[in-house]
Amino acid sequence: MSSERKIRVLIAKPGLDSHDRGAKIVARALRDAGMEVIYTGLRQTPEQIVETVLQEDVDVLGLSILSGAHMALFPRIMELMKKKGLNDVLVFAGGIIPEEDVPQLKKIGIKEIFGPGTPLQTIIDFVRNNAPRKA
Amino acid sequence: MRSLEQLAQGVVNGDKRSIARAITLIENNGEDAQKLVSLLYPYTGKAHIVGITGPGGSGKSTLIEKLISELRRRGKTVGVLATDPSSPFTGGAFLGDRIRMQRFATDEEVFIRSMATRNVPGGIAKATKDAVNVLDAAGKDVIIVETVGAGQAEVDIIKVAHTVVVVFAPGLGDEIQAIKAGIMEIADIFVLNKADLENANRAVTDLKASLELNAQEKAWKPPVLKTVALTGEGIEQLVNEIFEHKAFLEKGEGASKRRKWVETELVEAIKQKVADLIVDDLKKRKVFNELVEKVMNRQVDPYSAASKIVAETLLSAKKD
Ligand SMILES: Nc1nc2c(ncn2[C@@H]2O[C@H](COP(=O)(O)OP(=O)(O)O)[C@@H](O)[C@H]2O)c(=O)[nH]1
Ligand SMILES: [Mg+2]
Repeated sequence: MSSERKIRVLIAKPGLDSHDRGAKIVARALRDAGMEVIYTGLRQTPEQIVETVLQEDVDVLGLSILSGAHMALFPRIMELMKKKGLNDVLVFAGGIIPEEDVPQLKKIGIKEIFGPGTPLQTIIDFVRNNAPRKA
Repeated sequence: MRSLEQLAQGVVNGDKRSIARAITLIENNGEDAQKLVSLLYPYTGKAHIVGITGPGGSGKSTLIEKLISELRRRGKTVGVLATDPSSPFTGGAFLGDRIRMQRFATDEEVFIRSMATRNVPGGIAKATKDAVNVLDAAGKDVIIVETVGAGQAEVDIIKVAHTVVVVFAPGLGDEIQAIKAGIMEIADIFVLNKADLENANRAVTDLKASLELNAQEKAWKPPVLKTVALTGEGIEQLVNEIFEHKAFLEKGEGASKRRKWVETELVEAIKQKVADLIVDDLKKRKVFNELVEKVMNRQVDPYSAASKIVAETLLSAKKD
């Protein structure tokens, strides 16, 4: 029996995006890298996402957004995470996020932002190297 | 880090963070997992546990979303464990069942958890059962366990669930054949989902016919229901049947089934304990690898080796 802890990841889609190809590709890549990946499906509210992080006890949260609403939704998500005491969860984001928004998003606790076309291996390595080792 | 006692208390209080942490502990099967299960055990035994099994794509997750909805309407609190297989090659898993249930993510009285099977031989049932006990101790009235009906998992569900619901759908021809073979005996309720599709009636007739063929003198005759999980059609009746079956289990004939259930549980626990003790001892005495080599070289078969070891262990236990 392996005592190595499995990395559990939630891939979530906040907002009103109408497709989730990118999110699913990342989810599959992380699964193929040996992680357990939970996917929320489309059109999730910040409340739904944070509740899911809590109930699924994931180590990592990946947010995928295309709609341009990230500056409204991401701070709300991070605020709720803090409120629920989920400070040790690694959060990253991907999708269409303009360069100028990145510093502000990092300031609120999003560890990394991946633009379109980021090699999947980069994301896998990032998650592996930064996932918290919870007791 | 909080103590195990505090964690257990949190679970009993229904604190969601504690419930989530407790299930993680069980999944990782560390030393503390067993202790936690023991601490929680006195608080379990109140929930009704419903297994939902059947081939992938038959609509189990969609059906569960509607079941939660109907159970909530009746004032019940609900726990869900949605299991999916881990890849035998990478150990990874894609857990997509809860997509269909996200409407209830923020319902305070509903707790949904996805679990990968983690390729632990014989362990699916144990981890799932322990996780069910966590939700039971947390006070959930009904706990629903989704398993993909393929091979062992579907049969293992009877070790976990009081009421087993087998879901199938028209157009899954071969799958239905497979289900028929393995699952006839364990189903308490049959559901033909996707009753909105063509051939639904034929699928029901087929199933009923083969049920007749296999009919035994049973006190509980599994009903065959039709549902449309997408619209909620037939769900009310399904919930009624689940509670009928629960009532059946709580009296007469059913009570002996419950007893059998506990017997199996105890036997499983003893097997596990004995196997762990013996294997640990063999490893400590550094003879385990030697035995593995012998079996690999075909010098001895695993069953003879096991018989000999067990006999030796019992003998030395008598001397003590
Ligand atoms: N036509 C029809 N489709 C359904 C029904 N229930 C579920 N589905 C669809 O069947 C597919 C598989 O459903 P899902 O709940 O994920 O099945 P599972 O793999 O058994 O959990 C989804 O696309 C559902 O929308 C139904 O009653 N009628
Ligand atoms: Mg499913």
